[in-house]
Amino acid sequence: MFEFVFMRYAFLASTFIAITCGVVGVYVVARNYSFLAHTLSEIGFAGAAFGVFLGIDPLWGMLLFTLLGSVSVGELSLHSDQKESSISAISALFIGLGVLFLAISNANSRYATSILFGSIIGVDKEGVIRLVALSVIVLLLLGLVQRQLNFDSFDHIGAVAHGVKVGLVSFVFLISLAMAVSIGSQIVGSLLVFILLTLPASSARYLGKSVPSMLLWAVGIALVGVWLGLYLGFITNWPVTFFIAMIEVVIYLVVYFIHLIRHKL
Amino acid sequence: MILEVKNLTMKFDNKEIFRDINFKLEPGSMTALLGPNGTGKTTLINILMKLLIPTGGSFKFSDDVKLGYVPQFRNIDSEYPLSIKSFVALNTPFFKNKQVKQTIQEELEEVHLADIQNIRMGEASGGQKQRAYLAQALLDKPNMIILDEATASLDPVAKEELMQLITHLNQKHQMTVLFVTHDLPLAKRFMKEYLYLNHGKIEQGKMGDFVGDYE
Repeated sequence: MFEFVFMRYAFLASTFIAITCGVVGVYVVARNYSFLAHTLSEIGFAGAAFGVFLGIDPLWGMLLFTLLGSVSVGELSLHSDQKESSISAISALFIGLGVLFLAISNANSRYATSILFGSIIGVDKEGVIRLVALSVIVLLLLGLVQRQLNFDSFDHIGAVAHGVKVGLVSFVFLISLAMAVSIGSQIVGSLLVFILLTLPASSARYLGKSVPSMLLWAVGIALVGVWLGLYLGFITNWPVTFFIAMIEVVIYLVVYFIHLIRHKL
Repeated sequence: MILEVKNLTMKFDNKEIFRDINFKLEPGSMTALLGPNGTGKTTLINILMKLLIPTGGSFKFSDDVKLGYVPQFRNIDSEYPLSIKSFVALNTPFFKNKQVKQTIQEELEEVHLADIQNIRMGEASGGQKQRAYLAQALLDKPNMIILDEATASLDPVAKEELMQLITHLNQKHQMTVLFVTHDLPLAKRFMKEYLYLNHGKIEQGKMGDFVGDYE
């Protein structure tokens, strides 16, 4: 299948996306941000629709909205008592806006489908370069604050007690998360990007006992999902997103049940 | 003098926690900060750790002080994934050189966790967790350590073990200890000096002379 240029592009782009989402996911799960990641993907949908409406690449609209959304929703979710209901309200607002933007831009339904469910097979050379560049930026950002990020994500109280600038760490992480959501949406779509951001990392929590080992497991599991998903999608012509979702869920369930059997019996 | 506190006052809105408290700690001292629950012990510690700004007064640590601090609560549930070793090492670079690795190992041995360093923190007992918190604070090689209610949720055996460890740090490493507790019998057994915070005032003295009854 690598004789097809579009498959080579798809593999290259999804490899970087899986690495980024696997790494970011470890911190999403450690910081209990799964719900926020989900909300951001909905905000990303509105952003992509906004991009279509303006006639620019949906990725830029998505980046714009998720960056703004992540910092504001992140602040809200950290400081508000009504965290879940306020995030739900914001989700509703953005999904509504997304639907509106798509409707008034006269885009055909193919756009909506590819934003919601991903369209990795359609990625061109320029798209690949953009995704790889954005992935590298996310990884560099996290690399800059890795020590403080590890401390704050896995022991928030200890980090505060040690004088770690947790506000700054949180801000940098929210920006990375927004970018990860935007680029992850390119393969699995905004509806299911939280799969790549939460499931590999959740499985990794049962498999690794140190931050580096959790990162390796999460990246590995994300890579298995996207590679196998692309392959299965190629040979069956079924949606790649479907396979990625199934693979990640199955891995999570297997790991979880092994954990249960080991610890409860 | 390792710490001097002058006329320290703290208010939250209209509620005065304490007013004009003064005390000094000597290097190598081993002091219990006593008082009933809710008298402002943790507030005082948070001010000393620069996590809260006092409404009045001042405090000064000596220039050569290196502070270690073990806070009262942590969010470590039974599903917490990191091993004891990884938890202790959280405040170190991602890529650890030989020296960092060696320091981690030394501190794990110091708190008697070296043998079980690979079990998950979520599966560790209360006493083991508390010693891991201590080891994490010891990683920067402090010469003064503040522990906030470190024994509060421990069984008698674990309490004894932790207190002996703290005594060891004080005697063998000349570490200044400030131990916050509301457990008077425990303080009487292991601490040498006391600070007693109640009704917004503080008094200081030798542990053996303490006659407060928490009323």
